[in-house]
Parts: sequence; C-alpha cells; structure tokens
Amino acid sequence: MMRIDVGAVLRHSANHPYANLVTRTTGAAVRKCIEEEIAAVASGTVVTLDFTHIVMMDYSCADEVVAQLLLDLERRGDDASSLVFHGITDAHLEAIEDVAVHHGLALVVHFADGAARLVGSVSDDERTVWQCVHARGPAAAEEVARDVARDAADVLLVLQALYTRRLLRRDGFTYAPIGVVA
Amino acid sequence: MTAVITVPSSLNDLSFEQVLDQMAEQPTDARVIVDARHCTFASPYGLTALLTLAQTRTAKPTLLPPEDQDKSSYWARVGFFAHAEDLYDIQGAVPRQRAPKESGYLLEITPIVKSDDVHTVVERIRDKATEILTEKLHLVSRATMGFTMTLSEACQNIVEHAGRGGWLAVQVYKYRERLHGRLAVVIAVCDAGVGFRRSLESSPRRPLTDRWDDRIALEAAVINGVSRFPEAGRGQGLKGIRGYVHRWEGKLSVRSGTARVAVVPKWDDDLALRENLAPFPGAQLQITIPEKVA
Repeated sequence: MMRIDVGAVLRHSANHPYANLVTRTTGAAVRKCIEEEIAAVASGTVVTLDFTHIVMMDYSCADEVVAQLLLDLERRGDDASSLVFHGITDAHLEAIEDVAVHHGLALVVHFADGAARLVGSVSDDERTVWQCVHARGPAAAEEVARDVARDAADVLLVLQALYTRRLLRRDGFTYAPIGVVA
Repeated sequence: MTAVITVPSSLNDLSFEQVLDQMAEQPTDARVIVDARHCTFASPYGLTALLTLAQTRTAKPTLLPPEDQDKSSYWARVGFFAHAEDLYDIQGAVPRQRAPKESGYLLEITPIVKSDDVHTVVERIRDKATEILTEKLHLVSRATMGFTMTLSEACQNIVEHAGRGGWLAVQVYKYRERLHGRLAVVIAVCDAGVGFRRSLESSPRRPLTDRWDDRIALEAAVINGVSRFPEAGRGQGLKGIRGYVHRWEGKLSVRSGTARVAVVPKWDDDLALRENLAPFPGAQLQITIPEKVA
C-alpha cells in the first residue's frame, strides 16, 4: 500500500501554500506528480490518495486529478494499481461524483470519520454487493450471496465486475475491500 | 466628432444594454466619452462591464465619473477607478481607493488573467464567503463549497477561453424589488475576449447545424456543456455552475456577442433568451444566489 498526500503535492507543484485544488492547470500539474509516484510502485499496489489537507476541489480539478487518473488505470488494464480516495469531505464529494458519473467511472472514497462509500457510476447490485463485502470483510461469492439473499452465480458476476473495476481486491476465491485504512 | 455614451442612472446587467446600443454605432477607433455623471447605482456587472467596454476600444475613451461624491467614493472603494485609470482618460478628480470596509463587496473588482489569479481569489474569498453565505444568506455549509467552486469555474472561463484578461467582482446586497428585501450574493465575471462563438468555432464538438451564431454557441456551451477542447471531461465547469445555481434557486445569465441566455428562477421574470443584441466582444456572466427563507 502506498499513500500520497495530495495537499503536499499541491503545495509542491504550485510552489505556493494553497489549500484549494482549483484550476485545470493546477489539476494537471498535480496529476502528473501523482502519476510519477504511481509509476514507481509495483503493479497491483493499492495507492491511497489522501485529500485530508485539501479544503476544496473544483470540477476542473476533479476531472484532471480523479477522473483522469482512474481513466489511465482503466487503459492500463489488469496489472495496474488500484486507487482509494481518503480524507474526502462534502467539499470534495460533489465535484468527484459529477465527474465520475460523467465518465462512467466509480471509486472508493474514505471519509475523515472512517466511513467508506462507493461513488460514481454503479448499479444497485454493485452497490449492494460492495457494501456487503465492505461490512463483513473478505468473503467468497457464496457467503456474499447468502448475506444479500441472491443467487451465488449472479453475485459472482457482480463481484468479478467490481474486481475488474478495481473497487474490490481478489485473493483466490475471496473478495475483499481495498484500501482499508487502519 | 466625439460621441457621448450616456450611462443609465441605474447600471446593471440589463441596463448596460443601453450603453452597448449607443456604442454599437461607433467604430472601435472613434473617440467616445462615457458619461457616468448621473449614475447613482452600479452593480458588480455594471462596473466590470464598464472596464471591459474600454478594453474593446482602440482609442482610449474618456470617462466622466459620477458627480455624486458618495457614488464616486463607492466606485473608488470597490477598486473601479484604480483599474479604470489604465483604460479610460478619466476627467476630473476621483477619490482614492480606501479599505473596502463598507462597500458590501465580498471581493472588490479584481483582474483575472492567469490561473494563479483564480487561486488567489479562491484562497482570499473562502472564509468570508462561508461566513456570509451561512450567517446572512442562511445557506447550509455545503452551499458555501459549491459557491467557491462556482467562482473558480467562472473565472477559469476567462483564463482558458477568453484569450485576454477579464474582471471579477462579488457583492452582497439587498434585492428590494425582485426578492422583497432579501439579500443576495452576486458574482460578475466579464471579459472582452474571443467569446463563445469564436471559441467553439473550430471545435470538433461544435453542434452540427446550418445555423452557427452567438445564440447557438451559448446554448451549446451553457446548456449542453460543449467545450472547444475535444476531451470528454471538458465543459463540466459551466454545467456545474448551472447545477449549483439551480440547486440554490439562483439565477445565471451569460452574454456573448449578440446573444444572452439565462437560467431564470421563479423569483425573477427575465427572458431565458435574448438575441440580436448590440455586439459586444467576449463573455459576460452573472450569478445571483439569494438568501434562503424558511
């Protein structure tokens, strides 16, 4: 697991003590720094982007930083890393949700109080299954199916889709939440 | 011959059209006098648009400031004359700018030229905006974050699309008629850049239509989120502004070239579309967020 302090990246890339992630130019600069850090880690690593020190983020930056990073991982395919967004507040969420839905993306966000949520473009089935795995921890498809009272074969397809979208991790036959912060 | 352009006594986004109607008859290199001697009220849009107007002239216009000392002092306090000195030949003495304590301005007239200017504005305004929006306009804290985002996106339109610098001003004041004395925060962002039609003209995402004019370009950008950039994530800023305005029962108007579109709330009776206006380069945007009542 790797943790990147987005606030520190912002201050470094903008060369100013800014606390708000605004403007497309700044967003692109921050994204490039993050991409360089991600490129240096082993494939399959879960990278936590920590927004704790970002007060507010506008739509342009949400698109440049959040959406473009996720789209890049999607393009890179199976061996790419996973991203988890930590320290998210209401001040970030609106822009993140908007751009995620716009691009058909989904992401896992961790709020400052420890709560986690699936944000963006997800089906009801995906949300239900993801919430189940997040609540109970690592589980096989049959166990999740029992908890959500669905057919195991159907649940397996949903779990596999969540894994492919890097919203869950897989270890053998079990699926587990990604980026759970201690 | 020098033409005299009379500034209406109450200068806002709609009455500014009277200024443009008069100016439309003058070639850009014609000498003009902008006569604001009898202007008794000017909104943030009115003042930023006056600065923008001067930017469109090749011959430096002359400005006659308000005769009323209170009004003139007010224009000085919000930074109008400090910026107008470079753009107008100001006739007569005007008050010096002092600390804008009682102007009602959340942000005095501020030039927006580059990305850093947007950062500076957002960092400066955030805490004060939070205080005013929650305590005076009684909006929930979520609205204050959306407000700063909206401000940022509105200013970025200048940086990304205008091709030249523009102006921003933010003020809180009472809307006596439309809102029956309720407070409203008003953002005005004006530039004299390329405008929406020219900005979108060469875009691959431009609507495929036989008709291509300011109205179509404005509708494409403001209503449908079309950007001149080909990337799928572009154009979200104006869409976000529209969403924010709708959520908090606000009003958005955007003028460019010869057209103006508006997102009109229930409390206002403005027209959603105005066409065949006097030509004015660039884009001029106004956002109004009213006080929430129980």
